[in-house]
Amino acid sequence: MTPPKESAAPARHAWFDESPARDAALPGWWRERAAAAWGRFVELEVPTRTDQAWRFANLAHLRFEGHGPAPAVSESTAADLLARAVGERPAGHAAHFVFANNQLLHADTSGLPEGALCLSFAEALASQPDLVRSRLGEAADCLGGEKFAALLDSADPSGVVLRLPKGCVVEGPVVVQHYVGGERAAVFPRTIVVAEDSASVSLFESFESISHGDETLVLASADLHADRGGRIRYAALQDLSDKGAKLVQFQRAHAGRDASIQAGSVHLGAEWARNESINRMLASGADVRVFSANLANGEQEYDQRTLQSHQAQHTTSDLFFKNALYDTARTIFSGLIHVLPGAHHTDSYQTCRNLLGSDTAEANSMPGLEIDADQVKCSHGSTSGAISDEEIFYLRARGIPAEAARRMISLGFLHEAIEHLGSESLCDYLFARVERKFASLG
Amino acid sequence: MNESLKIDNLHASVDGQPILKGLTLEVPKGEVHAIMGPNGSGKSTLAKVLAGHEDYGVTEGGVTLDGEDLLAMEVDERSRAGFFLAFQYPHEIPGVTNANFLRAARQARLPKGEEIDAVAFYREMYEKMDRLGMDRKFTGRSVNEGFSGGEKKRNEILQMMMLEPKYAVLDETDSGLDIDALKIVAEGVNAMRSPERAFLVITHYQRLLDYIVPDVVHVLHNGRIIHTGGKELALELEEKGYDWITKEPVAA
Repeated sequence: MTPPKESAAPARHAWFDESPARDAALPGWWRERAAAAWGRFVELEVPTRTDQAWRFANLAHLRFEGHGPAPAVSESTAADLLARAVGERPAGHAAHFVFANNQLLHADTSGLPEGALCLSFAEALASQPDLVRSRLGEAADCLGGEKFAALLDSADPSGVVLRLPKGCVVEGPVVVQHYVGGERAAVFPRTIVVAEDSASVSLFESFESISHGDETLVLASADLHADRGGRIRYAALQDLSDKGAKLVQFQRAHAGRDASIQAGSVHLGAEWARNESINRMLASGADVRVFSANLANGEQEYDQRTLQSHQAQHTTSDLFFKNALYDTARTIFSGLIHVLPGAHHTDSYQTCRNLLGSDTAEANSMPGLEIDADQVKCSHGSTSGAISDEEIFYLRARGIPAEAARRMISLGFLHEAIEHLGSESLCDYLFARVERKFASLG
Repeated sequence: MNESLKIDNLHASVDGQPILKGLTLEVPKGEVHAIMGPNGSGKSTLAKVLAGHEDYGVTEGGVTLDGEDLLAMEVDERSRAGFFLAFQYPHEIPGVTNANFLRAARQARLPKGEEIDAVAFYREMYEKMDRLGMDRKFTGRSVNEGFSGGEKKRNEILQMMMLEPKYAVLDETDSGLDIDALKIVAEGVNAMRSPERAFLVITHYQRLLDYIVPDVVHVLHNGRIIHTGGKELALELEEKGYDWITKEPVAA
């Protein structure tokens, strides 16, 4: 080994000391894949300042020295978490999974119709290798987070694989709750949802901390595949500890002919969270909608990179992000609409709105458009602004005190994105979580 | 006791430009007064000053509400003290539903720790909406967002009915209303007339006063009340215009 030229520069793979792969019981093909991914991870550079895909990001957050897979929780912690999960889950689920530190605590699939396949990721690796192989997104299919994606591929996954056969319709959501805790502990939740022809399903997942303040990393992916006429509604809630906790999530939508996918996210917690949302409209009639409502305060930073890739004629997409920022919080939104050659008659919209609740909050927006086809309707726009004085005046003129008026307007601002995220009861649930955070801001 | 809204020698400016120049009038409880006046006479400025809009600075004079100094109160305090302004141009509040807005306004009037009775609140709101011919879908819609001009004005009257103020100022509530909507709005106001309540109706046109018949009519011109009379004054103004009155007392 030659020593590094500059002693100040961190070793390339200093994020983790060793491969996070632990489980020798996982199938050989997966373990080989993981080993190759670890090799790529080690080779890949840590993002730098000049990296366009990391523009405006505070790279000081990218410190994962000594991190490793989270240790299994004790029996009593597991029991507490399960009680918490049941108490806090959204109502009316069709299936319910709880994971803590990569470990499956609870699986209930009794509400699913016959024919629906719903397994923990580890089980799916053993019994449905072809399904996983064909539907798990490529690590290279990301928006700058290659090194994280390689690390994720090298680890033992938790999470759920869900496949609905042709025509299968599931009413209530599949609810998956992930918890993480422990010093320098990492979890690797992965989701695959496949709605085959005309099947329809919704999945909700949440990421939360076991306790406040632990330095943790959630490295997650959600691959959503809707085949011909299929329909998927996906929503994620990130409410990790605002101290110590970090998250990187890759959300990929693959919409086939006449398929529709909706991908939503709500970020309330974590010190730093990066979301890469990659959306591919693959065949005519494909429609993808992405909604995100985020409330950042203190020193929180949310980094949002999105792609709407129109790869066939007559496809549509709509992306709508709302960020409310307080204190010295930061957000970075970078979105690209890409209409590929031949993808004529595309309708594509992209909007990012930022509400600045303080003079020191910082919202960066980089909307982008690349059109290589004709007869295309595309628009993108981003706005940033403080709460309007006239709106506050109107509420105060009805007797509502100034602070309560500000809160109502901010909640209303986020509500416009939340109301698209799922069923009425899921929207109510998410809205209540946002209200809870607002109440804690005092 | 001074059971009235009393405006005394009020001077107010916008951006350093004097608009109200010594406006004096008193609306006792139980009465309906109208203020008429040509464009630019200061009608809307008066409404905004009374509500406490920060762009409007009071340079002289005062306003009392049942003897209390209205101008010393914060905007929201004024409302809770029983003052209400029906806006000429009601603002839109995206994402905040009409029902939640009204509920928060009512909640703000309760003592700390006391919760609103949601069932009774909705029953009352629906009953009042029915009276205004407002579809129930408006409860779940964002405040004033996508409302037509007439729907916004009805919504102002709904708020007034829900908040039951002691003193209500209606700022050109008739503008943008067709005759049917005007009648409904007037009925809503008339149903609230009582010995315990007073109204100050600001309007440019006499038409509204056919339906909300005032006890007293004031003419505002160049920031001052220049003439006061009975309800017949409104008809006279409609017929003859403002010139005969504004040119009468050749500025002293």
